Amino acid sequence: MTVTIFVPRDAAALALGAEKVAEAIAQEIAIRGLDAKIVRNGSRGMFWLEPLVEVRTKEGRIAYGPVKSGDVKGLFDAGFLEGGQHALHLGPTKDIPFLRQQTRLTFSRCGVTDPLSLDDYRQYQGLKGLENAIAMTQAQIVAQVTDSGLRGRGGAGFPTGIKWKTVMDAAGPQKYIVCNADEGDSATFADRMIMEGDPFVLIEGMIIAGIATGATKGYVYTRSEYPHAIATMTKAVEIARAAGILGPSVMGSAHAFDMEIRSGAGAYVCGEETSLLNSLEGKRGIVRAKPPLPALQGFLGRPTVVNNVISLASVPVIMDRGAAFYRDFGMGRSRGTIPIQIAGNVKYGGLYETAFGLSLGEIVDHIGGGTATGRPVKAVQVGGPLGAYFPCALFDTPFDYEAFAARDGLIGHAGITVFDDSADMLKQARFAMEFCAIESCGKCTPCRIGSTRGVETADKIKQGIEPEKNKALLADLCNTMKFGSLCALGGFTPYPVMSAMNHFPEDFSPAPLIEAAE
Amino acid sequence: MNMRISAGELTERSLQIIRDLKHLEGPMLPILHAIQAEFGYVPDEVKPVIASELNLSRAEVHGVVTFYHEFRDHPAGRHVLKLCRAEACQSMGSDRVADSARQLLGIDFHQTTLDGAVTLEAVYCLGLCACAPAAMLDGEVYGRVDEHCLSEIVAEARR
Repeated sequence: MTVTIFVPRDAAALALGAEKVAEAIAQEIAIRGLDAKIVRNGSRGMFWLEPLVEVRTKEGRIAYGPVKSGDVKGLFDAGFLEGGQHALHLGPTKDIPFLRQQTRLTFSRCGVTDPLSLDDYRQYQGLKGLENAIAMTQAQIVAQVTDSGLRGRGGAGFPTGIKWKTVMDAAGPQKYIVCNADEGDSATFADRMIMEGDPFVLIEGMIIAGIATGATKGYVYTRSEYPHAIATMTKAVEIARAAGILGPSVMGSAHAFDMEIRSGAGAYVCGEETSLLNSLEGKRGIVRAKPPLPALQGFLGRPTVVNNVISLASVPVIMDRGAAFYRDFGMGRSRGTIPIQIAGNVKYGGLYETAFGLSLGEIVDHIGGGTATGRPVKAVQVGGPLGAYFPCALFDTPFDYEAFAARDGLIGHAGITVFDDSADMLKQARFAMEFCAIESCGKCTPCRIGSTRGVETADKIKQGIEPEKNKALLADLCNTMKFGSLCALGGFTPYPVMSAMNHFPEDFSPAPLIEAAE
Repeated sequence: MNMRISAGELTERSLQIIRDLKHLEGPMLPILHAIQAEFGYVPDEVKPVIASELNLSRAEVHGVVTFYHEFRDHPAGRHVLKLCRAEACQSMGSDRVADSARQLLGIDFHQTTLDGAVTLEAVYCLGLCACAPAAMLDGEVYGRVDEHCLSEIVAEARR
């Protein structure tokens, strides 16, 4: 019987040498004349173990990692096709604690299947949600998504069902589903992993959104920095179209839906939905004032659902297992699961899908294992470049939209960057302003000018020029940006700046310059 | 590369690209990506061609091209090395890696080495944040980039 070996094709696995490992395995198979094949799966999301190679045995899938191409010959010598012992042997994949403790709903197939195999997709519950949706009315689908409690996973946390209802009720000859895959936040890679590791789930989610709202055309707007995701998504759309899942009759039903993959061009602000829509239309990615809501006047002025990748990719499981099943996970008003991305200076970095409610400390210290450098954790930034820096003193904060808001933070797209004690928080605050200056679309003054003034003021604090006065000025500037900016870029840049200043005041009071003392 | 193209040929090849894509809804970015893939940058001479085909003003086209970091107004080197400079990579020492890249190549960000081999670009997130610092040489991605790994990447690019 042919033995199946899994070598991930996820960009992070490739960045750590998966291509060379796959080549070496293919070579060994040929040299030894073995009956084995290689499947290029997505990533399981345990990046300290990548490239993570798996072998399907009678005892289930056995994992080995991190595998370097130089290890491959030794693996074959150790009989790894039968799950043999080796220094890199990790045992059954599903028993690795980091995976075993997760609740994988959205990511249930990611790393398990061949991302471009529709047979695999069907075998692992794929298309069941869509089949159910086809048998329902629009209002029933929208009600089920609303009842599930699903909120926008891009960061804003707006209830997905309510957005869908607005578009469903909007009149218009042409409506659109736009998937926001412009995942530009540092520390986030969940969208990329889904697009590379389970693209059909996103396609299925978009079709369901289309049926629910009466939209027949979809766009995935992703990043030019994600060439692997673009390639996989493009191929998956072709496969789905050839199989009749996309097209004039979705799976033989009366519903039509088709979609395209579009690429941005390196503008962070295009992750903001109105800026994204302008970019998709071929304009400068300038933020639009709201109202009108994109739900009513979105792409080309027509009713448009703009949802994040993870929001849409969570819909199939909700339609398959039911609203109550999904809603039963989580806490407070944060229902279901969230793929937490643990990144930066962390020992066990990766994607950890779990119900809302874990404390930040559990995530960083227990699941993440502390820093990669072995030094004490100083700060964690939650929610990307617009998220607040949390000190260890706030590690009891539960992972929940409202709990983070109550502590002047946000969970955003659920990325966490860990910093050790060598981090300089004044430098991080300055970077937040610098990043805002680089990426500002320029439409509103607080963001366009405030960010540059913020960099200058941080520099003055660093140089010890009237530090108290300049700290007060920086706080005042943050206040203006927070309440005066049109979108989250200028409006949320104050989060990292103010949290750095409030929680790490020692970094904002540098020792007097030696030159000055002389 | 395509350093010596006559104006006529430039227009002709651009027209071909534009006419293949102008049926799309919102065709501008796909066209600009295709133009840059063809010529290595978005030549000034192409802007009026796009403007006329899409019924826009030249200013509008210029505005779009210059808004996006990705589009170039002159050709890049034979290879483009992108180093991630965002927070997750910073937490793992990307500033040091950036300094050694500047030293190794003798250039700053957004510049090209004198031999035309490498253009150095900053990028804000490659989605490889759990194996930081990250880099991309042309389409190839690299994780946990340190000074040693960087010198290998640069040597590869200069070959």
